[in-house]
Amino acid sequence: MDAILRTENLSVEYRTRGLRQETRPALKGLNLSVSAGEVFGFLGPNGAGKTTTINVLLGFIPPTRGAAYLFGIDVRQPIARQRIGYLPEMTYYYKFLTAEELLRFYARIFALPAPEAGRRIDQLLKLVELNPVRKRLIKTYSKGMQQRVGIAQALINNPDLLILDEPTSGLDPLGRMKVREIIQRLKNEGKTVFFSSHELGEVETICDRVAIIHQGELKAVGGVDEVIGSNHSNLEKAFLDIIGYQPQSAL
Amino acid sequence: MNTIWALTGVVIKELYRRKDFYVLFVLTALLTIAAGSVRFFQDPNIVRYVKDLCMLLIWISALLITIATAARQIPAERENRTIFPLLAKPVTRGQVILGKFFGCWLASGTALAVFYLFFAVITGSREHYWPVLDYLQAFLLQWIMLGIVTAMTLLGSIIFAAPSSTVTILFIVVAGILFLGRHLNTVALHNAEPLRSIIYTIYFIIPHLELFDVRERVVNDWGLVNWLVCGLAALYAAAYTGLFLLLTWLAFRRKSLN
Repeated sequence: MDAILRTENLSVEYRTRGLRQETRPALKGLNLSVSAGEVFGFLGPNGAGKTTTINVLLGFIPPTRGAAYLFGIDVRQPIARQRIGYLPEMTYYYKFLTAEELLRFYARIFALPAPEAGRRIDQLLKLVELNPVRKRLIKTYSKGMQQRVGIAQALINNPDLLILDEPTSGLDPLGRMKVREIIQRLKNEGKTVFFSSHELGEVETICDRVAIIHQGELKAVGGVDEVIGSNHSNLEKAFLDIIGYQPQSAL
Repeated sequence: MNTIWALTGVVIKELYRRKDFYVLFVLTALLTIAAGSVRFFQDPNIVRYVKDLCMLLIWISALLITIATAARQIPAERENRTIFPLLAKPVTRGQVILGKFFGCWLASGTALAVFYLFFAVITGSREHYWPVLDYLQAFLLQWIMLGIVTAMTLLGSIIFAAPSSTVTILFIVVAGILFLGRHLNTVALHNAEPLRSIIYTIYFIIPHLELFDVRERVVNDWGLVNWLVCGLAALYAAAYTGLFLLLTWLAFRRKSLN
């Protein structure tokens, strides 16, 4: 199957601030490939390079070496982002707009014709259960509601690939459940979902394949069962083992 | 163009939903009404003086609104991180700059149009004289000038760290150009080299915003400026606006968003 998300020997180095501008590697030769229809979990501890990878995929930062492609197009070209949806970790939206206005704004960016945009906005607001409050300013929403607005904006162009950066971070159990249901529904519709998460139980339930990254290096990649292997009882134990975590009692 | 107009719409929506914009707007409108309605024993000199004051107030307010609006557009996108979901769409940084520019320019034009309308109604009702074309020309020239100021401010907002410093620096620079720009060549003549060359260079580099100032003509009823001259002034402004937008894009295209 063709990879719709691919990185080739992707490396990113950040320059430290100050007089002596030293370089700090954030990604070291990352090779990833995600096929159409997969739900792919991208795991790693804080500072492992997950957000950096996503930032490169979305064209926010250029790679120092290597390349990344979406649908076979170099991510540095804006057209590569035509068929993707992105949900950031936090709710970064124009809070002076209503949910309906925000979605209409993004629909215009994708040049959706007005009647189609209207239908799509209705569908999405129903999907994320925000239809009754669609005319309220986003700043008056709870965090869970704002995250659902985020999901709706990520889906406005009916994307083939969804990139979600810790989509359930900071949500209450009900909010997490709703996000999981939406991801499951997208999976059933045959969409490709690439998401980073710390919720390993959730990843184990939803994902077809996972990759574990630590200190900028890819440590493991494969099907969930494959990564868990016969040595571990669940993904969390496999994850801790792979990143070399030793409990204090063992030290 | 869809993207640019979508961004323009968001800038305008933000402005009319922000209360600080209204404060300046209402204050200026009230001052214009108050100053414009004063009769002062029908002395034409005093009436002219009051009209001049009103026009000055319109100029200062329009400049403040334009600079304050444009200065926080891109920094606010970065600070609130709304730039991330935006650039995750097929949107280029150039389109972001153009969308912000048109949004701010249209907003300042709207505010300016209302100011001129107030001014025209007040002075017209007092003098029973409606030089509509004069006001229209003054409005158009000032609005074109605000295009240059908007583009300059967007460039400043990329270079300087905080919107407050951009506002302060840009207001000083624009006021400096308006009050001193036309005299720089005379100043250069009174200086020795190399200062003379430096001042001359500045004189030829800066956009001469004072060219768009026809307040005296409006106040003293000196009649219209030739429309051909206005057209040339518009071309001059377009060149400077384009240059500042290009510089803004060059500064922004590789800038880290964090």
